[in-house]
Parts: sequence; C-alpha cells; structure tokens
Amino acid sequence: MSMWEYANPKKFMGWTRPVLPWTFAIAGLCLVIGLIWGFFFTPDDFRQGSTVKIIYLHVPSALMAINAWIMMLVASLIWVVRRHHVSALAARAAAPVGVVFTLIALFTGGIWGQPMWGTYWAWDPRLTSFLILFLFYLGYIALWEAIEDPDTAADLTSVLCMVGSVFAILSRYAVLFWNQGLHQGASLSLDKEENVADVFWYPLLVCIAGFVLLFVALVLMRTRTEIRARRIRALEARARRA
Amino acid sequence: MIALLLRDLRLAIRAGGGFGLGLAFFLIVVVLVPFGVGPETALLSRIAPGILWVASLLAALLSLDRIFALDYEDGSLALLATSPLPLEGAALMKALAHWVTTGLPLTLVAPALGFLLSLAPEAYAYLLISLLIGTPALSMIGTFGAALTVGLRRGGLLLSLLVLPLYVPTLIFGAEAVRRGAEGLDPTGALMLMAGITAGSFALLPFATAAVLRINLR
Repeated sequence: MSMWEYANPKKFMGWTRPVLPWTFAIAGLCLVIGLIWGFFFTPDDFRQGSTVKIIYLHVPSALMAINAWIMMLVASLIWVVRRHHVSALAARAAAPVGVVFTLIALFTGGIWGQPMWGTYWAWDPRLTSFLILFLFYLGYIALWEAIEDPDTAADLTSVLCMVGSVFAILSRYAVLFWNQGLHQGASLSLDKEENVADVFWYPLLVCIAGFVLLFVALVLMRTRTEIRARRIRALEARARRA
Repeated sequence: MIALLLRDLRLAIRAGGGFGLGLAFFLIVVVLVPFGVGPETALLSRIAPGILWVASLLAALLSLDRIFALDYEDGSLALLATSPLPLEGAALMKALAHWVTTGLPLTLVAPALGFLLSLAPEAYAYLLISLLIGTPALSMIGTFGAALTVGLRRGGLLLSLLVLPLYVPTLIFGAEAVRRGAEGLDPTGALMLMAGITAGSFALLPFATAAVLRINLR
C-alpha cells in the first residue's frame, strides 16, 4: 500500500468525496475569522492608516498564485514520470484558480498602491514578474484548450510548464536587473526580524491558512469535475460504438 | 546534420517570401514608430534601443510557424524522426537554419535602421553585438514553441501567446545592453547574462523540442 494508491481515479473520487466539504468548511471558517479579525480588530497602521488591511487579501493571494504554479509543476512532473491521469487533471484544474489568485494579487496591489505610492501600476520588478506569471498561466490554459487528444494535451502542457518555470524564474531575476523596485521586501520571512508586527501577523496567518485550504478545496473540486467529464466522454464514445 | 541545415536554408531562400518577409516587417515596424511618436530626434534616440529590439523580436516571431509546419504537412518531419539522426540534433539544426534566415539578416540590417531612429553613435557596436548574441536564443525558444503547436490548426496565434512570455528575459537584457551602451555605461553585465540565456537555451531546449515533437508525431 503506497501513497500512489490514492491517485487511482476511483480511489481519488472515493476519498475526496468526504474530504471536500470539510476542506471547504474549514477554509471558509479560517477566511471569515481571519478577515473579520484583520479588518475590525486590528489597529490602523501608524503611517498607512486603514489601507494596511488589504494585506489580508493581497499577501495570501500572491503567495498562492506562486504556489499554484509550483503545484502545477509538481503535478506535471508526476504525470511525466508516473503517468497518473489524476495528476495531469489536477494540474489542469489548478491553472484557472492560479490565474484568479494572480489577478486578485494584482488588483489589490493596485488599489493599495494608488493612495500609498500615488499610482495603480509601476514597472516594479515584483509587479512586472506577476504580470509575466499571469501571461504564463494564460499560455498554459490556452494550450490545454487547443489540443483535442487529452493525453497529448497533458504531455505538451507538462513540458510547457517545466520550460515555463525555468523562464519564469529567469524573468523574475531579469526584471530585478532592469528596474529597481518600489515594492517593499518580504513581509513574511521565517526569521522574524523584518516581519510585520504581531498584531497584523496572527490574523494574516489565519488568512493564509484559509487561502491554502480554499485552493486545495477548489483544485479537488475541479479535479473531480474533470474526472467526471472524462468518464462522460468515455461513456459517450462507448455508446456511439454500440 | 549539415545536410539538413543546408536543405532548410535552400528551402527558405528558394521558396520566396519566408526569407525577405521578416526583414520587410522589421523595416516597416521601425519606419512606423516615428509616425506614431513624432519626429523629435531626442525622443527617438532615447527609445531607439527598445524599438529595435522589440521589432526584431516580432520579426523573428513572424516566421516561427514555418519552422515545422511545412515538414509536418508533407510528412518529412516523420521521416526525420525515424532517421538515424537524433531528433534533438534535427531540432538544433532547425533552430540554426531559422537564425541564419531571420536573426542574422536582422542583425546586419539593424544598424542601418538605427540611423532612421537616430540611435546614439556609441550604441551601434552594442546593438550589433547584442543582436548577434541574443537572436539565436530567440530562434531556439521559438523552435520549441513551434514544436509545441505543430499539430494544431489554429497554431499561429497560440504560438505567439506561448513564446512571447519566454522572450521576456532576452528582451530585457538585449535592450538594456544597447541602452547602457548609448548612455556610455558599461553593458558587459547585460551582455554576459544574455549570452548565458542563449547558451542555456541551446544546451537544454533541443531536448525539450525533440520530446515535444515525439509527442506530436505519436
């Protein structure tokens, strides 16, 4: 009995059915607690006023936008090496969720940037690399949509995801070279020296947990949908032959 | 491998269109820019490095879908895949042929077009060097993109969507090198980094391209 057992589509459908509502429920609970705590029960920042509270949406979504791509990369590698169909479908399912997180991060950043920096958009390295990440997501999704044969599509998108990851990292450092930034440094590193103050830190952690769980729940749900869609297609093909 | 390279070059030159089209496109884009932004020499010479780089990138993009499409349609790509020559080598040669027919002429013509945009005199050498180092990377990355979309009917538009984000680092370093050259700063860092991207693409992307071609020919 290995962990790969759970990647069998039938098993996957079996264990995700009870897990899914719980994941959604805990994600919702975390988001409600974290956001209410963050929005109403933390003090305004000394210099930024109440605009600081957008951090509870901005930081977790930016974090998950990157993690969604990493998850797609891992799923693509698993598909290429072990050829588990559920893995390819999970990568496909994660892409639109990642796009939405990227957009949330870009929009909340713009809304915060207008009063703080005086502009919605600046060609800052972090902002620019997020825009490039968004373009990578679009290309990945478009390639999935364009190819009819599901196995070919899974193979090609996996290779694109791997090559794209290398170039996404390259772009990340290329834009650093190109323009010095306006965006502040990491607010969430593990060495606590430069982190945000504890008052903002704990509700932020709850929000991040909420976003992670929301991502997991959405990907599981979308993967289940993809599996069902593929079963329907198989049934239709069989019916046509009969 | 050499035979394949020569065959591709001959096809590109004789079939007409493919060879001169990219150059003509490059010329038109560069000519159109002053109409768009106005004829002030100071402004033009400031944006000239970026315009020249973006225009050559678009011109290279224009001819990408020809790399594999014709061979795929008449079946010679399948023959290439079954021949004793490794498909990785074939991919490399395809990229080289694309570079010789688009990247190299673009590089040679670019300084002439620099005059039109009143590029700073110090920058010509760096424009030539940066295009010479950078356009092979554009061809190799583009060959990978062309291999990804070879089997698709409406592949052309998708190809640009896939390839353009991959071009970002090359474009940044290329235009930055010329800009630094124009302003009298030291562009060596940007040139070295771009050479790194080119070398890395040529070392790794033929394998990805060949893998993708095998999937598409399955």
